[in-house]
Amino acid sequence: MKKIIAAAVVAAASFGLVTAASAGTLDNVKAKGQVVCGANPGTAGFGVPDQKGNWTGLDVDYCRAIAAAIFNDPTKVKFVPLSSKDRFTALASGEVDVLIRNSTWTMSRETTLGVIWAGINFYDGQGFMVNKKLNVKSAKELAGATICVQQGTTTELNLADFFRSNKLEYKVVTLGTSEEALKAFDTGRCDAYTTDRSGLAADRLSMSKPDDNVILPEIISKEPLGPLVRQGDDQWLNLVKWVHFALLTAEEDGITSKNVDEKVKSDDPELKRVLGTEGKFGESLGLSNAWVVQIVKGVGNYEEIFERNVGPNTPIQLARASNALWSKGGLQYAPPIR
Amino acid sequence: MTTSAEVHFVRTHFNEQSPPPMRTSGIVHWLQENLFSSVLNSVVTLLILFGLYKIVPGLVDTLILNAVWVANDSKACVADIVGHPVGVCWGFVAAHWDYFVFGQYPETLRWRPELFFALEVIGLAWLLVQRIPRKDLGMIYFFIVFPIVGFCLLSGSETLGIPTVQTHYWGGFLVSIVIGTVGIVVSVPLGILLALGRRSHMPVARSSSVVMIEFIRGVPLITVLFMANVMFPLFVPEGWRPDSLLRVLVGVALFFSAYMAETVRGGLQAIPRGQYEAAQALGLGYWQMMIKIILPQALKIVIPGIVNNFIGLLKDTTLVAIVNIFDFLKVIEASLNDPVWRTSGMPFAGYLFAAIVYFILCYGMARYSMSVERRLATDNRH
Repeated sequence: MKKIIAAAVVAAASFGLVTAASAGTLDNVKAKGQVVCGANPGTAGFGVPDQKGNWTGLDVDYCRAIAAAIFNDPTKVKFVPLSSKDRFTALASGEVDVLIRNSTWTMSRETTLGVIWAGINFYDGQGFMVNKKLNVKSAKELAGATICVQQGTTTELNLADFFRSNKLEYKVVTLGTSEEALKAFDTGRCDAYTTDRSGLAADRLSMSKPDDNVILPEIISKEPLGPLVRQGDDQWLNLVKWVHFALLTAEEDGITSKNVDEKVKSDDPELKRVLGTEGKFGESLGLSNAWVVQIVKGVGNYEEIFERNVGPNTPIQLARASNALWSKGGLQYAPPIR
Repeated sequence: MTTSAEVHFVRTHFNEQSPPPMRTSGIVHWLQENLFSSVLNSVVTLLILFGLYKIVPGLVDTLILNAVWVANDSKACVADIVGHPVGVCWGFVAAHWDYFVFGQYPETLRWRPELFFALEVIGLAWLLVQRIPRKDLGMIYFFIVFPIVGFCLLSGSETLGIPTVQTHYWGGFLVSIVIGTVGIVVSVPLGILLALGRRSHMPVARSSSVVMIEFIRGVPLITVLFMANVMFPLFVPEGWRPDSLLRVLVGVALFFSAYMAETVRGGLQAIPRGQYEAAQALGLGYWQMMIKIILPQALKIVIPGIVNNFIGLLKDTTLVAIVNIFDFLKVIEASLNDPVWRTSGMPFAGYLFAAIVYFILCYGMARYSMSVERRLATDNRH
């Protein structure tokens, strides 16, 4: 299936159809009056409808941030929920302007699918969940354990790599879907369950006794997730990239949705550049110079987005960890706006 | 001394009929006849009774007595937190009711889909309830007026001053009903035309009908939907790209027209040759013959097949979820991922609710079709 889609994308690209569709995405978006985002059809914390049907989540707020930067209105978005198999086709065909759907940045995707990542809005990685009764504090103590995993995923391969490189014995129970794997773990067929850490937190909630299980600290793979766009439109790529950096810079400079109006009046040269009272940084992206103000007013800074959707006060309870700012020991780093 | 004449007895009125003995009527007889007619049947009956005794109380507990009817989040439905056993979390369904029915349709404009539902019910009642007169007006209303008014209501129209609501906001039950209705409204006439085309002697009409029917029937519905939504945009320039719901509607309507055509063709083949010849002998042209003589008989024969198609169509609307249209089932599934509501028991409530709704719709259609069959059973029955 994947190969057929990839072949179709390549074929269409070689006929010039795709490149024709991708030129001047920003102008298209402005003409349509909305940003069309490829979104997640339902992953807790990243893209999920709330009780009233409003989309919420980290990825969803990134899409709103782009809309806020362009239109000064975070509601001018259209979400096209995409399954993991047709997400890249939808982006390549111009069905969506930007894909923000916890997609892992890999070399082969970027070199063969005609897409390009604009940044990493969430550093994810594979982790383990075990029952508290096992009294295991680290994945390296899992010698001889039976582990439930979904079949045919990179998760399964990472698991094998991890145990082989640590020279540990293990037994694996592979199941068709992640739900089945979780169910098997829940009913005690396995000692541990493994998937990406962002998924682990949400999966823990669906267990019969969530509090009896803990997520181990080890991360055994790199899963950098981020927004991506079509290749061949650098203006649009820059825009998406700098919206991401603006969210990080706002956090770094302490600009929040609550205090942004005061910060605009500040004399601090860094704040003046970021908030557009000095220089023409917004215009160089094809936006207004108050673009960062618009973004922060619309959705908040990166910290606010994180805390609102996946942070410790949400049911998902993820710590910032790798997603903390570089200055706080994490990996999130934005080049300066200057 | 009395004479025999004095003791004679002439009955002036009939005795009231006494009820038949208990052994041949009444509940005991019914039980004997139906449940305990032989040793084997008695054993089976007892086993079933035992099974019901085991299952029913638990079912009542789960579905009604222990069920949670009002909940603000999943905590109200977790036994460890509330401290007593918890059945189905209907509170989940209650809290999401509007989302399940309307999807993301803007809250302030929901009177529009509500009015749409009302208009649809009026149209269906007009056509389906025997006592309501003027079926001809009803047909015009349901097949012409209602689709136009319904479309303007749901999607809005700038010229009429009704704010537009793009189709990606439509969802839930609303979208399932829209797809089902469009499928039914289009597939019946188109299916009949294709069936007539396939039996026609005109080579172009026949071969194009055959090609269309066989081509569409030869691929799964998922493929049609996938082509319509994912591959189609690759081959047309950007401005030419119709709305994604519209593409799906066209795909579904064509797909079920092909099935409908074969069902109708079965009915046409069952009509004896004499009927055609008699109609021609009366001097009727092709369309008159078909509309007045052949189709009324043919369609009557295939009512079960047509309704079978309708039921299949209604349930297959759930497949549009793979092209990311949030139909009734998909909105329930999406809500299950909401971290506020995510617990192990919640999928049961969601899927059970979906099953109940689909069952009511499909069973309703099946019962109605049986009553139509009885009403139209005029001949061909010996």
